[in-house]
Amino acid sequence: MNDFALMLSGLAQKKIRTILISFSILIAFFIFVVLSAFQTSLSGTSDTGIENRLVVMNKISPTQSLPVAYNQRLQTLPGIQDVSYFQWFGGYYQDQKATITTYAVDPESFVRINSDLSLPSEQVEAFLNQRDSVMIGRALADANGWGLGQRLPLSSNIWRREDGGYTWSVIVRAIFEEPVTGISDDWAFVHFAYFDDARAFAKDHVSTFLLETVDASQNPQIIQSIELEFQNSHAEVKAVTQAAYAASFINQTADFGAVLIGVTLASFFSILLITATAMAGAIAERSNEIAVLKTLGFTSPRIGRIVVGETLLLTIIGGGLGIGAAWFAVDALRNADQFFSTMTITPMTLASTFAMVVGLGISAAAIPALNAMRIDVISVFQKD
Amino acid sequence: MTVAETLSVGDAPISADRVLLTLDRVAKRYTRGREIVTIFDDLSLDINAGDFVSVMGPSGSGKTTLLNLLGGLDRPDAGAIIFDGAPIQGLSQSQLSAWRSRDVGFVFQFYNLMAHMSACRNVELPLLLSKMNRNERRRRVETALDIVGLLDRKRHKPRQLSGGQQQRVAIARALVADPKLILADEPTGDLDRATATEILEMLQLLNRDLGKTIVMVTHDPAAANYSTRQLHLDKGQFQERRDE
Repeated sequence: MNDFALMLSGLAQKKIRTILISFSILIAFFIFVVLSAFQTSLSGTSDTGIENRLVVMNKISPTQSLPVAYNQRLQTLPGIQDVSYFQWFGGYYQDQKATITTYAVDPESFVRINSDLSLPSEQVEAFLNQRDSVMIGRALADANGWGLGQRLPLSSNIWRREDGGYTWSVIVRAIFEEPVTGISDDWAFVHFAYFDDARAFAKDHVSTFLLETVDASQNPQIIQSIELEFQNSHAEVKAVTQAAYAASFINQTADFGAVLIGVTLASFFSILLITATAMAGAIAERSNEIAVLKTLGFTSPRIGRIVVGETLLLTIIGGGLGIGAAWFAVDALRNADQFFSTMTITPMTLASTFAMVVGLGISAAAIPALNAMRIDVISVFQKD
Repeated sequence: MTVAETLSVGDAPISADRVLLTLDRVAKRYTRGREIVTIFDDLSLDINAGDFVSVMGPSGSGKTTLLNLLGGLDRPDAGAIIFDGAPIQGLSQSQLSAWRSRDVGFVFQFYNLMAHMSACRNVELPLLLSKMNRNERRRRVETALDIVGLLDRKRHKPRQLSGGQQQRVAIARALVADPKLILADEPTGDLDRATATEILEMLQLLNRDLGKTIVMVTHDPAAANYSTRQLHLDKGQFQERRDE
């Protein structure tokens, strides 16, 4: 037996209380980790490889388009390594409710920038060489039973064709196996030129340019130079990092970061109060035992350390289980729905969660530990 | 190896007739509202190593206060308490804790065992304050439980033991660190006569065979008869009757 055994033994005295408090802590940290993973997926910060990506869109609104000719001007600006562009297609297959996230992209630059897409080079070649090609993700292919060479009538719920129709006939020529940063494996990509030639309006215009910069640390200056370049033109631009672009989508409806901080703080303080109150109660109930320990020769600081250790153990058990449960939940969400496919529990999330668990344990233990250290042996035994 | 050898921490045996504990003109007062209540004033006493001292006296005479002072749980307002040649009243709380863990064993009226711990874990508690390794601790715990006749109950929790058995576990706990002094506060106060006799005989055995110095507070004259030295505390002074 040692002090750790005494801590365990303290927790084991009131099993139901220990289980309930642990469960409260579990729930709090489960919610925090899952929300953090979700925020990470929204902000795109789960991947460290995209810091050097910028998004350029119309200054008025992302729904307003920009001339595709901006492509050449952007390429000439200093600090820019590569430029790609895309247009939201708004696709569906047969049934309007069966939406497929589809973009019309410049195929060459798309493949260059997304060189981490996992697919054979011959498929890349086939996709690039045939303008009616569509590249799809494995999840989308499997969900619909589609294979290479299959012709698909891909319809748009936004764009009308010059011939009055809404459907572009495309052939599956490439299937990438895994999602990559910013690209889910249930998305589809068609050639911009193939799409643009047939659409009835907004020709030669795109919604978004995606840029790669040479040095991410220079992004603020590059952003400034891009915006200056198109100042006073008929379509002024706004440039942001890709992470900020992703986050802006969710922030259109709510400041998710603020929501996360609010929820976290509220749950943290609730759990802090619950744990501290429960531990203070437990110490009060055990004042006789603590008096006996002091009589036997346990010093007050040592008893204080045992109480802190016991509380810390409680929060680590609850917090650890919460992190574990969140791990499984995030994994399940990733596999269940493409919307959650980029959810990631980052090392930073784990580290900050663990720091919060420890912080909670120490904070909640402070008053109970002080009470335990102050227990007066004579007063306790006189009560007997 | 004898029981005494097993429990010995290596100190030289204390010879009888050597003074182990001295109270030198000790005073203790309490404040009750505006009133100052004097429990003792100028109380002096020598206790020799190997004594089995019983302290009797009417309620409120200060028997438990005396025990608290002897055990370093309380401090005198005046005078000195000298243990084995060194004053203890000036020690810091942590020094007193260390001293208690090394030199003093306690037996309480209501046993004060940890309800959720087995008998052997209860007995092991004082040894957590030593630097003994696990095997040494286990050996000592088993020896102490063997002395009190409860080795076969070492896995039992207090609620699975009778009152007498619980007090025997408490005695094993008081004994396990091989203290020079055992302080017992009404150790038979919660027991029936037959069980009380067992406990008193056990304390007598610890005193006679293991040479433990025991100070026992009791209300019971029959219990006091097991001691070798009977003190009566009243009005802040001792009256003594020695057992020949």
